[in-house]
Amino acid sequence: MAETVLRVEHVGMRFNLSKERVDSLKDYILKSITRQMKFDEFWALKDINFTLEKGERIGILGTNGAGKSTLLKVIAGVFKPTEGSVVHKGKIVPLLELGAGFDKEYTGRENIYLYGAVLGYSKEFIDSKFDEIVKFSGLKKFLDVPLKNYSSGMKSRLGFSIATIVEPEILILDEVLSVGDAKFRKKSEKKILSMMDKGVTVLFVSHSLEQVKRICTKAMILENGSIRSIGDIDTVSAEYEEMISGD
Amino acid sequence: MKKRIDTFWRYRNLLFELVKKGIKLKYRRSYLGIIWSLLEPVMTTIVLTIVFGTLYGNKDHTFPLYILSGRLLYSYFAQGTKVSLKSIRQNSAMIKKVYVPKYLYPLSSVLYNFIIFLISLIVLVLLGIFTGNYPTLHWLLIAFPLLVLLIMTFGVGMILATIGVFFRDMEYLWEVALMIVMYTCAIFYYPERLLKSGYSWVLTVNPVYNVIINVRNIIFHEAFNWGCMTYACVFALVSVVVGVIVFHKNQDKFILYI
Repeated sequence: MAETVLRVEHVGMRFNLSKERVDSLKDYILKSITRQMKFDEFWALKDINFTLEKGERIGILGTNGAGKSTLLKVIAGVFKPTEGSVVHKGKIVPLLELGAGFDKEYTGRENIYLYGAVLGYSKEFIDSKFDEIVKFSGLKKFLDVPLKNYSSGMKSRLGFSIATIVEPEILILDEVLSVGDAKFRKKSEKKILSMMDKGVTVLFVSHSLEQVKRICTKAMILENGSIRSIGDIDTVSAEYEEMISGD
Repeated sequence: MKKRIDTFWRYRNLLFELVKKGIKLKYRRSYLGIIWSLLEPVMTTIVLTIVFGTLYGNKDHTFPLYILSGRLLYSYFAQGTKVSLKSIRQNSAMIKKVYVPKYLYPLSSVLYNFIIFLISLIVLVLLGIFTGNYPTLHWLLIAFPLLVLLIMTFGVGMILATIGVFFRDMEYLWEVALMIVMYTCAIFYYPERLLKSGYSWVLTVNPVYNVIINVRNIIFHEAFNWGCMTYACVFALVSVVVGVIVFHKNQDKFILYI
């Protein structure tokens, strides 16, 4: 019996979609007097339950607004779920939006240390991996250039190189295999595949069913915030194909 | 509790990096860089001395030192709280995408401004020598009131950071509040006349003024005012407790508002 590394239990996530955002005092007072403080409750996720065992790779499928990204953010700890709980073992590396901790005034070199710290790495660890990060990103020439002069592809390359320097137990991928140019894309896919060989557990969101089939062993379909079906990749992807060709 | 300490320990490097970033970026792209943290108080002190000293006929040669001490402490409090107030919203891009303990943002804001403030204290020493009120080892005692000021700024900063997420108006309201704090800090006037009038409370309730009094007492070798010290300590502790509770209770909602 393989060990369970991720357990998601009864997770629900509620958002208040106020018709107009109330974020100034005037609005607040006016609206509470005129009783216009309307909140539309919206459950982005409802009663999500599943577990993943070590080495399993699950693809999360669903149309726009089905709750895929919200689910990944709940698992990564960015959102606190309104109800339910997420328990995980080991280090999670979220490759959600690469370079979220970057500062545009900082140079590439400074950003490596800053983003590394955001991901919870120690200074000594970054020191020891610095050359490896620079080499993988292929940005040696631009290390002392402020990040605001980087192209978006360069930023993603740097972000990817920093985030994947550790060997995580759980890897969260949200459309990141389309980072950078063709050459870097190949390199990053190779890196992720080598992590998979070492038995990392993967949660993967992509709109390309091809990619999901190639990478994942399991799949789940999300529909309006609930799990429509979950199971092995072939049955679920067949159902998904039927679902999207249906209308 | 142990889990919290572990988390803090794991992210200590991030706190360090955020403090470093604050200091580095504050003066980046200005020609004089960090020297501005010395030059700026010197220049404002010259202006204030001319206006409230020379033009008002105050001949006391230590008056510039009096002004500078008050002015430095007040501007730390003002800067620290203003930056904390905006800290959550300014880092919204990061907060929305990766998990980090959110109190690190106001905490690092308060800390990096404190380090810049400590550097600017060099000016105080130089001006002490210049005006003949020589700095002695006794001056080291200002560490205690300054520590109280740091805690107070953090506490108030945490409260403001929380309010700032939900009400943008707070930024403007706080500017006005800071103006009141400044005028009731006795930065550029002697408080004696006001203290004897019926309005003395406007000074004595101001926690920053209570810190400034004791820093000045130390600098000018006068008796330490324990009443003011106690008041400032109590205010600092209460603000930290309230700040931490308010922040902690609301932090999970931040992401829905930024």
